[in-house]
Amino acid sequence: MSDNRNVWIFVEQEEGQIADVGLELLAKGRELADTLESQVWALVLGYQVAPLAERVIHHGADRVLLANHPELELYRTLPYSRVIIEQVQAHQPYIFLLGATPVGRDLAPRVASATNVGLTADCTDLQIGDYLLKKEKREYKDLLYQIRPAFGGNIIATIVNPKTRPQMATVREGVMQPNPPDLEFSGEVEIVEPSFEPSDFALHVLSREIRQPTVKLKDAPVIVAGGGGVSSEDESRLIEELAHILGGEVGASRAAVDAGFFSHEHQIGQTGATVRPRLYIAAGISGAIQHSTGMDESNKIISINTDPDAPISKIAHYKIVGDIAEVLPLLINALREKSR
Amino acid sequence: MTYNSIVLVKQVPDTRTVTGDVMSKKGTMNRSAMPAIFNPEDLNALEMALQVRERYGGQITVLTMGPLKAADILRDALFHGADNVILLSDRKFAGADTQATAYTLKSAIQKIGDFDLIFCGRQAIDGDTAQVGPQVAEKLNLPQITYTESIASMDGDEIIAKRAFDLGSEIVKCKLPCLLTVVGSADRIRPASARKRIENKLAAIPSEYPAIVEKWAEFETETALAAYLTERNLEITVWTAADLDVNEDQLGLSGSPTQVYKVNYVVLESTESKEVPPTKEGIRELIQELIQEYIVG
Ligand SMILES: Cc1cc2nc3c(=O)[nH]c(=O)nc-3n(C[C@H](O)[C@H](O)[C@H](O)COP(=O)(O)OP(=O)(O)OC[C@H]3O[C@@H](n4cnc5c(N)ncnc54)[C@H](O)[C@@H]3O)c2cc1C
Repeated sequence: MSDNRNVWIFVEQEEGQIADVGLELLAKGRELADTLESQVWALVLGYQVAPLAERVIHHGADRVLLANHPELELYRTLPYSRVIIEQVQAHQPYIFLLGATPVGRDLAPRVASATNVGLTADCTDLQIGDYLLKKEKREYKDLLYQIRPAFGGNIIATIVNPKTRPQMATVREGVMQPNPPDLEFSGEVEIVEPSFEPSDFALHVLSREIRQPTVKLKDAPVIVAGGGGVSSEDESRLIEELAHILGGEVGASRAAVDAGFFSHEHQIGQTGATVRPRLYIAAGISGAIQHSTGMDESNKIISINTDPDAPISKIAHYKIVGDIAEVLPLLINALREKSR
Repeated sequence: MTYNSIVLVKQVPDTRTVTGDVMSKKGTMNRSAMPAIFNPEDLNALEMALQVRERYGGQITVLTMGPLKAADILRDALFHGADNVILLSDRKFAGADTQATAYTLKSAIQKIGDFDLIFCGRQAIDGDTAQVGPQVAEKLNLPQITYTESIASMDGDEIIAKRAFDLGSEIVKCKLPCLLTVVGSADRIRPASARKRIENKLAAIPSEYPAIVEKWAEFETETALAAYLTERNLEITVWTAADLDVNEDQLGLSGSPTQVYKVNYVVLESTESKEVPPTKEGIRELIQELIQEYIVG
């Protein structure tokens, strides 16, 4: 095992656009590397992606491993894993992080299996800390604590990989905060020449469709979210109207999505988006842990609920005990009045 | 041309129905209050394998690793139409993380040998990792098609399939053999057939024989039952570590590179909260306050 303590980040790109989670991971990676007094290395794979290297450096990478090749234009498991496994084996990083995106979750297990290392999926937090392995009476210093919800979100588990390197994890989109670019930050770019095998091309992409997200929850300053308390189209329209007046976006709990009032793209929580708006209005949402985990860092939370003891009231800054059918119109009218 | 499939399945606690009975006020969990079920996306995977068999022919072998109780889902697989089922069960397999699980499954798949397609659900609801499929594929040196929603066609040693993921989809062509992970938006499992249910009612693993002998008067001894089951090919195969060509250091808890350092039960922390009366006046004051604090513009 090499003794460098470098933190590697797979910076995912799609048609030359860096995925948000790539920037989020660079920020987290920088923080971890600073704690470890080591470097951040970023892996950028694609075709005609050389211009991305500078941006990646400004977001905190000391070194960019850049593989630029026509066969890497569209993500495919085998060519991408070939390049990455080779680099991981050659440099033996200490930590390797990928986004828990469809691509990251396809790629990470491949790399972990080939290098025989542990991998933790879908982390929501990462920290550096020590671990006492009782069986060996041995303390492992400065391991990566890989923190993730488990068992349907009812528990939070901290996982470590004491013995294998790199310590690998995929990280949920939206839970880490990206840093603004630092134009002063300098780093190196290393060009990686892929050496493919014919078997790497067992799969061809015949066609591909990528939709632009129509719901922009992540950057919305205000979110008005409906839950199981929404029982009619009229009520769901009130939610939309309030969100509109506030210049915000519509969110939903799973109960409201399952009931068909909102599409899955609106879902907030463990199996939806993670958000931290300036204002979150939870209308008819009980505040189950799988929901609150996606919104409890909102700056201000207002709950509207007929049940004064619903769990949401524990995290709400303002609690309105009442029926959404009555309270939503009051809010809408009060806001209309003030803008007059 | 016919295609042989292996379907990897898992028995999981039904974490989707975590209710008040399961979580205590203190936040601890009562696992016995959670029913054990066939992992939902594994059923989509089994259905996809059944459709391939319908169109092209071939055999379907369903493989699971788990405690002896997991024989329940193998019986289910037989009711839905699987040809063969195998249970990997051994204390040495217990506590495996995804890496050790994939290693064990890979060894069993190599023992089965003859296959063109491996299907598994995208992820199991008790861990949501989606790692085992790709890890098995890597260990067998196979290409993988993750998030498969449907198979368009199979022709010679090639498959054309549709992948569906957040905000996108792809049509891909891949060389066989390959591994597919199947998403929940794929076709639902067909209902179990009544005939298969009757035929396979007694399918069992040896540890279940005593209970069957007790229940069914026609079998006087376990030996008689065993003979009956063998004759009808109703013994569910159980493989232990000794049946596989494995390095025991790579099995179970001790073969798992990841370790659980700690587990915290989630308890919401209380925030100072202000009660706002649901009246015109109350709401107006709330809006005023939010404007003053620049929360609302
Ligand atoms: C693995 C897993 C993942 C999950 N992921 C998510 C996720 O990502 N996001 C998510 O949201 N959930 C998720 N869930 C589901 C979660 O556990 C809850 O079931 C869900 O959040 C409940 O939604 P709800 O509170 O809106 O609905 P309910 O539980 O139905 O609660 C409705 C609330 O509205 C109140 N109410 C009813 N009528 C009115 C009215 N007229 N006016 C005002 N208040 C009213 C009630 O008092 C109650 O508090 C997940 C669950 C599991 C097991």
